[in-house]
Amino acid sequence: MKKVYTRPKSLKPAVFHYCPGCGHSIVHRLIAEVIDELGIQEKVVGVPPPGCSVFAYHYFDVDMLESAHGRGAAVATGMKRANPDCIVFTYQGDGDLAAIGTAETVHAANRGERITAIFINNAVYGMTGGQMAPTTLLEQKTTTTPYGRDLKVEGYPIRMSEIIALTRGAVYVERTAVNSPANIRKTKKAIKKAFQTQIDGLGFALVEVLSPCPTNWKMTPRESWQWIDDVMSKEFPLGLIKDETGNKNAG
Amino acid sequence: MPEVLMNGNSAIAEAAIRAGCQCYFGYPITPQNELSEYMALNLSRRKGCSFVQAESELAAINMVYGASAAGVRVMTSSSSPGISLKQEGISYLAANELPCVIVNMSRGGPGLGSISAAQSDYFQATRGGGHGDYRTIVLAPSSVPELAEFTHRAFDLADKYLVPVMILGDGMLGQMMEPVAFHHEAPEVFSVRSRSLRGAKGRPSRIFKTFTSKPAELEELNWSLFRRYQLIQKEETTSEAFLTDDARLIIVAFGIAARIARGAIKTVRAEGLKVGMLRPITLWPFPTEAVKEAAKKTKQFLVFEMNMGQMVDDVKLALEGKGKVSFYGRPGGVIPTPSEVARVISRIYVQEGLT
Repeated sequence: MKKVYTRPKSLKPAVFHYCPGCGHSIVHRLIAEVIDELGIQEKVVGVPPPGCSVFAYHYFDVDMLESAHGRGAAVATGMKRANPDCIVFTYQGDGDLAAIGTAETVHAANRGERITAIFINNAVYGMTGGQMAPTTLLEQKTTTTPYGRDLKVEGYPIRMSEIIALTRGAVYVERTAVNSPANIRKTKKAIKKAFQTQIDGLGFALVEVLSPCPTNWKMTPRESWQWIDDVMSKEFPLGLIKDETGNKNAG
Repeated sequence: MPEVLMNGNSAIAEAAIRAGCQCYFGYPITPQNELSEYMALNLSRRKGCSFVQAESELAAINMVYGASAAGVRVMTSSSSPGISLKQEGISYLAANELPCVIVNMSRGGPGLGSISAAQSDYFQATRGGGHGDYRTIVLAPSSVPELAEFTHRAFDLADKYLVPVMILGDGMLGQMMEPVAFHHEAPEVFSVRSRSLRGAKGRPSRIFKTFTSKPAELEELNWSLFRRYQLIQKEETTSEAFLTDDARLIIVAFGIAARIARGAIKTVRAEGLKVGMLRPITLWPFPTEAVKEAAKKTKQFLVFEMNMGQMVDDVKLALEGKGKVSFYGRPGGVIPTPSEVARVISRIYVQEGLT
């Protein structure tokens, strides 16, 4: 019998702890598939963050180094500088990459560090219980914006990928979503290209993934997919933001 | 190799390169900039080496964390306010049993303070400094040759015990020039620690992590770290005794303050006062036994520090009430002269009826 679907080699046979409908599980699987397809499992070091995905190291079957909150890009820089042969990726949430770790991310990108950043944007702090994220939308209710995010008080949601794209060391930046089979396929393609960018030694690559958090959005998984289409992707438009890889078809 | 005239900061950098340091990550701050600059000039282009001027001390220490996890010898340096920023990373390094060398060329504080030499980071250095139950080995050199020697020792100790090691100097040690000889040649080929993350080739994948949802699991890590710390206390505690055999008053001082005290002791000795010095070389582990031993000869101690009194607590803890401890301190970056300290010694000597 022909096997058409199986667990990627780069995922351990473990059960994800994520909530039903959470995007982390999907993105984990996509990264593992990409690592398998590129044949780099023995060279990869992953840098997971604090947050819901802190246990990512229990799922990926590659070397994993826990990072302090927001420091992923700096940790990955040290790892890559010490051992340029390894393939380093960070896995970071919106609080991690776009709030506490803004400086580390911007400067790693600007230096053109040969690392790959996977940026999960779900517009909320998940693990701590649903507080406002830097990417929380205007009028979105969270536990720390119980009346909705107010422009006059909390300011605008931050478009981190566009900021990163302005740095000259960032050569590939794309925003995708995991709220439909088509978007999931595009996300995988982007992740693959972001790893390929590092393999080719071209510079910093970042993929922002709009990812559902039904638990903290107080929605059903189906509603959360719809919300990404109807609301979230209006603030964070999907698509290629920057590609200076000279490799338009990779991935 | 013949002696060369060098400032302390550069001597540390040269010694680090010769000790096989492969990566250096730092952020500019006075009075330690010569160290980073020396690394930029002499380490950055070496084969297999990397130098990054980081965007902050936070980033620098987290680069250290990443490089240490990759199994190479790595260091960072800063001065007091920058060392405060590094504490987050030092805590993670300690928790993950990742060796590295951290240099603090300390300056006056609190706050932005002054750029002049001070010893007011003693508490921060010897108590771990960041959050959680951990310690770092702290070496306190008092001359440029010692800065070089202790840098080499710091790398060896870090690798031996898988702990961060701090060299606690000060702005004066960093800036002053002295003849120094280097006794090691820089390695041609670097060795990589086997406990490292470099991709799971030919072995199962590894995780370096500190978080656990199980308190009992973390307690086990705490116990394991503290068993190692006990071993370090047993094996690595160092101090130097200076003219203590017949001393009626023993000065306890570390680092540059010990250098000043040494001059003061020579002055008062010439006047017939029987004064000696016990100089802790490892600040953590603190030479408790050496203090106890000294208390068998005299009960009179004078702790001299360039702060408001920090190590003095450790001296009192070591004595457990079995000695009288006086204190003299100059904080804020003020550097007292040997003659000033000699006057203090003489006064206490007379007041305590030791003549």
